[in-house]
Amino acid sequence: MNAVSQNDRTGAVSADPQNGAAPSRGDADANAPGLQQFVTFAIGNEEYAVDIMQVREIQAWTEVTVLPNQPAYMRGVLNLRGIIVPIFDLRCRFEQGRTDATNIHVVVIIAVGDRNLGILVDRVSDILKVEYGDIRAVPDLEDGKKRDHIIGLVTAGDRMVALLDTGSLFKSEILEHSTEAADASAA
Amino acid sequence: MDDYSQFKATYFTECDELLADAEVQLAALDDGSDDPEILHAIFRAVHSIKAGAGAFKFTRLTEFSHQFEALLDRMRDGRITVTEEGVALLFRAADTLSAMVEAARTETPLEDDFGQDLLTEIAAMAGSETAPAPASGPVAAEEQTAPSANDPAEQVTPIYRLVFSPKAEMFKHANEPLLLVRELKTLGTLTAEPDISHLPPLAKLDAEEAYLSWTFTLQSDCPLEEIEEVFEFVTEDCDLSITLLPAGDAEKQGISRENGAQSAAAPSGQEQQKQEEDEASSVAPANIPTAAPASPAKTAKATTIRVDLDRVDRLVNMVGELVITQSMLSQQTSTLPTDHYPNMVRGLEELALHTRELQESVMAIRMQPVKSVFSRMPRLVRDLSAKLDKKVKLITKGENTEVDKTVIEEISDPITHMIRNSLDHGLERPEERLALDKTEEGTITLSAEHRGGRIVITISDDGRGINREAVLTRARERGLIADGATLSEDEIDNLVFAPGFSTAEKVTDISGRGVGMDVVRRNIQALGGRVSIHSTPGHGSRFTMTLPLTLAVMDGMIVQLGADKYVIPIPSILESFRPAPQAIKRLPTGQTLVHVRGDYIPLCPLGRIFRCDEAETDPAKALVVLVESEQFGAVGIIVDTLLGQQQVVIKSLEGNYKPVLGISSATILGNGKVAPILDIETLYQLSQAHLRRETRPAPPPPVAPTPAPPPSSNPEPPTFAG
Repeated sequence: MNAVSQNDRTGAVSADPQNGAAPSRGDADANAPGLQQFVTFAIGNEEYAVDIMQVREIQAWTEVTVLPNQPAYMRGVLNLRGIIVPIFDLRCRFEQGRTDATNIHVVVIIAVGDRNLGILVDRVSDILKVEYGDIRAVPDLEDGKKRDHIIGLVTAGDRMVALLDTGSLFKSEILEHSTEAADASAA
Repeated sequence: MDDYSQFKATYFTECDELLADAEVQLAALDDGSDDPEILHAIFRAVHSIKAGAGAFKFTRLTEFSHQFEALLDRMRDGRITVTEEGVALLFRAADTLSAMVEAARTETPLEDDFGQDLLTEIAAMAGSETAPAPASGPVAAEEQTAPSANDPAEQVTPIYRLVFSPKAEMFKHANEPLLLVRELKTLGTLTAEPDISHLPPLAKLDAEEAYLSWTFTLQSDCPLEEIEEVFEFVTEDCDLSITLLPAGDAEKQGISRENGAQSAAAPSGQEQQKQEEDEASSVAPANIPTAAPASPAKTAKATTIRVDLDRVDRLVNMVGELVITQSMLSQQTSTLPTDHYPNMVRGLEELALHTRELQESVMAIRMQPVKSVFSRMPRLVRDLSAKLDKKVKLITKGENTEVDKTVIEEISDPITHMIRNSLDHGLERPEERLALDKTEEGTITLSAEHRGGRIVITISDDGRGINREAVLTRARERGLIADGATLSEDEIDNLVFAPGFSTAEKVTDISGRGVGMDVVRRNIQALGGRVSIHSTPGHGSRFTMTLPLTLAVMDGMIVQLGADKYVIPIPSILESFRPAPQAIKRLPTGQTLVHVRGDYIPLCPLGRIFRCDEAETDPAKALVVLVESEQFGAVGIIVDTLLGQQQVVIKSLEGNYKPVLGISSATILGNGKVAPILDIETLYQLSQAHLRRETRPAPPPPVAPTPAPPPSSNPEPPTFAG
């Protein structure tokens, strides 16, 4: 991440909360310039963000129920006022090992399409207000991994924040019809 | 137009109910019942559909229902005797009507001649009461055909006098008297005498005023309501009186009329409505609310309300949450010393009581009699038996047995399928039956009852039963059973549910729809139900289907596995025990078995399948919960301990996550934590796949469906054991 310079690309990136899958690049802003707000959170020194409209709630880590044969980066399911929500370990999803979760760790519950899921992170930083035009494209990386799940980069002071593509991150864990629904709602 | 969509939706819902009701009545009629109330009920249903169709300007629907209604009217008056052909025609008319309603609902345009042949038949039937009348052929004139079909020798066509004086409001509301007159003309022979006495000199004439009135003489034998209906939309804007003129033979007239209609003078809309209502209640003192003509003056009678399903679901969900919260409270306070907080303890006990009661009442809201499904079946049997050239009588019992709406939606297909099966494969042809010394007419009995907190639906026939030889041969051909295996009679019968087994010699459009009984069984199991077949060769077979009363709550046994808790559905649990070490046997395949009372039952080590390392794997130290799997017979699940049983609210796991093998859904325990509910069927498949993966070098795809072992309680021949 550190090798990335923000000025590599000038193209604006659409960071639609419902449909992060396909960043549309244009040389000028087709949309009217406006502010977008992002909730930023961190894993170690890396900062990530999702659109504030996607965030349902933020809560401290509690023990979750493990499901049989779940993927390594899934922590289990949580009872969110009667709805059963899967919780994913973001650090583990980015292949940096399993988070040793304690009660100071935070779960960010987000909505992806008509589905809800939780992301386990180290801490929530703040809320970022970003002009559309200030969102930078992600440069091509050699290992396509992180690239795949990031739709844009934003500068906050001297920090760089990566905007997560929540739709693609846990695509295999949420049924296809829901991603279709997400696409449809974004269209 | 969209402003009406809400009303339209209500109208279509009503239509569905009315059509379903008509269907029930038709079936009763078909059974040879001569209760006059039946025809009245059908008439009312069709009439209500017509009224609504008129309001929404579904012209085709109005036309057709009008003719249908006219035929029914003649039948109920006794002017046409109800014959078998007549009933058949009514059935087909009901079908067409339902198709038209559907077309109106989906806004699909109908072909121009849709239902036309039926209309011709109806007209012919309606005309059959008398000597052939000069039928004025074209369809447009068929409204006249019907009335003119009266035999003047038998009966004098009634003559009505109508005095009609429009008010100025009528024009303001954009109604045109001319159109009404034209409409009136279609009902019979019409003469009009205008009254121009109020017409002012031209200079004083106000173009927006109404000066004219008319006296009409209408010779028609259509019922009074039909005449009134012409003026339905203008009753407020005109003065109208309709009088039935006493004709030469008044006595005869009186008989052919409905009571009340004779004295008919309905100057205002209100009275008109009242009269309609009077009429309806006079013919049907015990009429059911949906069958009565919709009339706004009826609010006093309403004992039921229509509630949006979403609201009920929300209520059910909220009560589910309340149940969880309540059990959480009682769990958390159970450790408190009772003598310190006696009031609180008492309060909590009461809360538990009330919550349970509240839950039961809320669940009862969604309970519906199975009638709505059963009522579709006479029709199915009728159509199929005609197609198959068999004579069949369907007896239904326990239609009023109630079950949760979610279950109702799911049982229709399995029942349909099993009835098709009985009809197609079970029952013999009439000549065969006679040769076998049976009654020519076969009988299929469909019954429902509550038993042990579940609903039991049985479908039995008195046909030839299952041909066990054929079933066995086929099962061997398909490799469903081993060559040397001996199966009990019941086991052979239940082979029809095995996947890949199709009993149909030839694929007919009756039962060879590509959906086998295995699918039926799987769907029923998915609902937490079971299905079995019992057959006596030569005397028939019986399908028995048991289902939970609701899909929202379930009695569950909570078990511990390592640090995790799982729920096993109580209805599938046979027993639980800790086996003696010598009762545990092992097959060369790696499959462990437990020896219980002479049977060898496969074990399913939950800890290993779910990769739970802390779980106890030695069955002799753990606990075996014996569960009944539909597909594989008894299976022993190895868990650490039992924690107790509890009514659990079923939560979908798939709402936010992909399906998990071995888990059907989840629930929330008293401590607020999620506990997965085990799915016995896929669990066993998973354990088999797991076994193969462990024993074979190349792992097969874990999700691949396991070929079904014979549905015996000890799937592997016990000779390997030990």
